[in-house]
Amino acid sequence: MKKLHINTSINGNSAEFLCDPDATLLSVLRDQLNLTGAKEGCGSGDCGACSVTVNGRLVASCLVLAAEVEGAEITTIEGMAEGEVLHPLQKKFLEHAALQCGVCTPGILVAAKALLEKNPDPSETEVRFWLAGNLCRCTGYDKIINAVMDAAAEMRGA
Amino acid sequence: MQYAAPETTAEATRLLADSPGTARVLAGGTDLLVQMKFGGLAPDLLVDIKNIKGMRDVTPEDGGFRVGAAVSGAEMGEHKAMRALWPGVVEAVELIGSTQVQGRATMAGNLCNASPAADSVPAMVAANAIARIAGPDGERDCPVQDIPTAPGKTSLQKGEFITSIFFPARPDNASDAYLRFIPRTEMDIAVCSAGVSLTLDTNGTCTDARVSLGAVAATVLLVQDAANALIGSKLDDSALEALGAACSAACNPIDDKRGTIEFRRDVTAVLAKRAAKIAQSRAGERS
Repeated sequence: MKKLHINTSINGNSAEFLCDPDATLLSVLRDQLNLTGAKEGCGSGDCGACSVTVNGRLVASCLVLAAEVEGAEITTIEGMAEGEVLHPLQKKFLEHAALQCGVCTPGILVAAKALLEKNPDPSETEVRFWLAGNLCRCTGYDKIINAVMDAAAEMRGA
Repeated sequence: MQYAAPETTAEATRLLADSPGTARVLAGGTDLLVQMKFGGLAPDLLVDIKNIKGMRDVTPEDGGFRVGAAVSGAEMGEHKAMRALWPGVVEAVELIGSTQVQGRATMAGNLCNASPAADSVPAMVAANAIARIAGPDGERDCPVQDIPTAPGKTSLQKGEFITSIFFPARPDNASDAYLRFIPRTEMDIAVCSAGVSLTLDTNGTCTDARVSLGAVAATVLLVQDAANALIGSKLDDSALEALGAACSAACNPIDDKRGTIEFRRDVTAVLAKRAAKIAQSRAGERS
């Protein structure tokens, strides 16, 4: 297969890579760019562990071809903390112990951040519906929801 | 496999028509990429239509809206004027998949995937939406209900693809609604579903209606007997009973682990009645 040459922006930094036409964005992020925060859970867009944003829109990176992101702006979990300073969502996840094995956590943080940018004051129901596509097999979700609600409150106050 | 992202409709149709092997159109990719990974689909060519002008636009036209083939569910949900005019269509689109899937999934893709359980299709059929199709011989318009012909099959010919879907203008006292049954609260495939679009006169009498059913036959059903049960009525109990009976009679569902034939027949009637009441209430709010 002839490789495609893609120029894009990831977490504000320009990035370029060569990829096969059928490579997913997830596989390029993880295997070529060493951005291994996004995880492959299901590979079919059901679990949300590979969540990233493309041009500000939350997507499952396993359902995006790398070829499609030419000229796009991508954010991943690696862009969430500013250096050593954690994002309020990350801090609240630690405070609330909103993770156990941690495989779903990067995707949930990216998805929750996208929600709070769109809706800074979501109801619990809105948080649960927004995150319905992020599966967690450990926590039972309550701690995750509490952490997101608490982070939202802190960010509104800040 | 080759990937192409043409910037014109003509170039896209030429690529699709000239491909000697299997060619697929890529818009949101939420069905296509899953079929490539798990369904044994190995296309020789993907034609990404998102760089073609207009594909991502919702454009006012003749009092209605033309929705580009690559407009995502999330973009539809944020379009207030489209939601005000065709709330049943927008709520149906928003039922497809998760937030992440909504960021990519399109109505045109939902239509061309041709699943009998596709959520947006009954709502589009009830809305009498018209698909605009580009092909090697130029453009043509086709009612949405004539696109799917069987599970996974469409009436599109080689080289053709949907470029937009048109939702017409409607009177003030008209609205629509879509309901589906799933055994959980979100992110599931319809066991059965119903879309109702109706118009009321100033006295609240229904003057026009379209009733569609999903997941109860090989393709979406447009049920004229069900519409006739509403037309001329104020959606009183007897009209709603007749609506439900017509819907149950039209169902030709399969028996599977998600629902029995009997269950689907019964619940389809319930959904149609409830959707009709919601559409009626919305129409009243607009008048």
